[in-house]
Amino acid sequence: MLDTMSGHDHDHHHDHDHSELSETELRVRALETLLTEKGYVDPAALDVLIETYEKKVGPRNGARVVAKAWVDPDYRKRLLADATPAIAELSYAGRQGEHIVALENTPKTHNMVVCTLCSCYPWPVLGLPPVWYKSAPYRSRAVSDPRGVLRDFGVALAPDTEIRIWDSTAEIRYIVLPMRPPGTEGWSEDKLADLVTRDSMIGTGLPKQPGEVT
Amino acid sequence: MDGAQDMGGVKGFGPVEPELDEPVFHAEWERRAFALTLAMGRPGGWNIDMSRFARENRPHDDYLSKSYYQIWLAGLERLMIERDLVTADEIEQGHVLKAPKPVQNVLTSDDVKAMLHRGGPTERDPLAPARFAIGDRVRMKTINPPTHTRLPRYVRGRVGTIELLHGSHVFPDTNSLAQGENPQWLYTVCFAGTELWGAEADPTTKVSVDAWESYLEPA
Repeated sequence: MLDTMSGHDHDHHHDHDHSELSETELRVRALETLLTEKGYVDPAALDVLIETYEKKVGPRNGARVVAKAWVDPDYRKRLLADATPAIAELSYAGRQGEHIVALENTPKTHNMVVCTLCSCYPWPVLGLPPVWYKSAPYRSRAVSDPRGVLRDFGVALAPDTEIRIWDSTAEIRYIVLPMRPPGTEGWSEDKLADLVTRDSMIGTGLPKQPGEVT
Repeated sequence: MDGAQDMGGVKGFGPVEPELDEPVFHAEWERRAFALTLAMGRPGGWNIDMSRFARENRPHDDYLSKSYYQIWLAGLERLMIERDLVTADEIEQGHVLKAPKPVQNVLTSDDVKAMLHRGGPTERDPLAPARFAIGDRVRMKTINPPTHTRLPRYVRGRVGTIELLHGSHVFPDTNSLAQGENPQWLYTVCFAGTELWGAEADPTTKVSVDAWESYLEPA
């Protein structure tokens, strides 16, 4: 499967694509060998980097932040006033999250985050960005047709809802604080975190409703 | 630079197509390319602004036909060749042809956690008071640089309102050229959708960018 920056390639059977892919695979393997032999990289460090972002850091972090803000009004205030230290209270911090701002969704305002110029994304709370976030359709349309983008995600907002798009052009990273679904009174933070989808923290989705989780 | 990567508002790329239950990496080479890029940052001696420029500074058809991590790979190769860490021949042939360049701060597995936790904060002590305040109306400058900038084309010349102040931050336009961090006050500037896209645009849309002070003029 070859994903190009300009769009997803659905043709899985094209020989040219397969040969290009194995070319890239060979190139990367050769590069790793070269850089290891030069003494510039330690392959054990590479393994730790991969494991960190494949297994350890992901949207569950952000979901915990959101759930805590839902149950704890003082935490919510701290999060909205200065998100970086508030998020660090849960031990989430560091690369591509050095300066975080939390954006509060309300019945009147829906927030959506994009990086039109590349793929800037709050790694400590959401992990690595999905392919769609880094690709041309989202990067080009989020700022000019957010309602159309939301339709692509199956989300329809009331026509008078203000849609506020934040283009991450600097090192400020944004996380959306979605509205707490009704019918969740008394739920534990853990159970609430199950409702918080990754897309709801980017702004291309809404949290799950109580009926959607067991 | 005003290359293919500056995509805000550009038409013709089609619908957003999210992949259900998408894995973090789609192939083993993506894992390795990702990790090599992160691991080479400190020994390589470049900063994040240089690495972004290395990725985006290519012909449009090259940028648009590569997948995300193919662009990372191309950027990494360029950064290393520029600094004589490797040669193009060595990359093509996949083995060492000349002696390594002495480097510092090779990343070990024990250091990864601390390295990631430290990150690369860009806030610096301000060199001057902020020129603009929340509520000020500002116009984005009109520029057309051949080198790296984070002022997207779709807001140039447009008038918006200062919404947030973020302190002083490293300035990518100079940092990417090794011309210094040159920290400037960083602002969130918010635009009405109609200001960016015309009177027919959705009146419920507002868009912001984060802009350094030298991108702005009073409106």
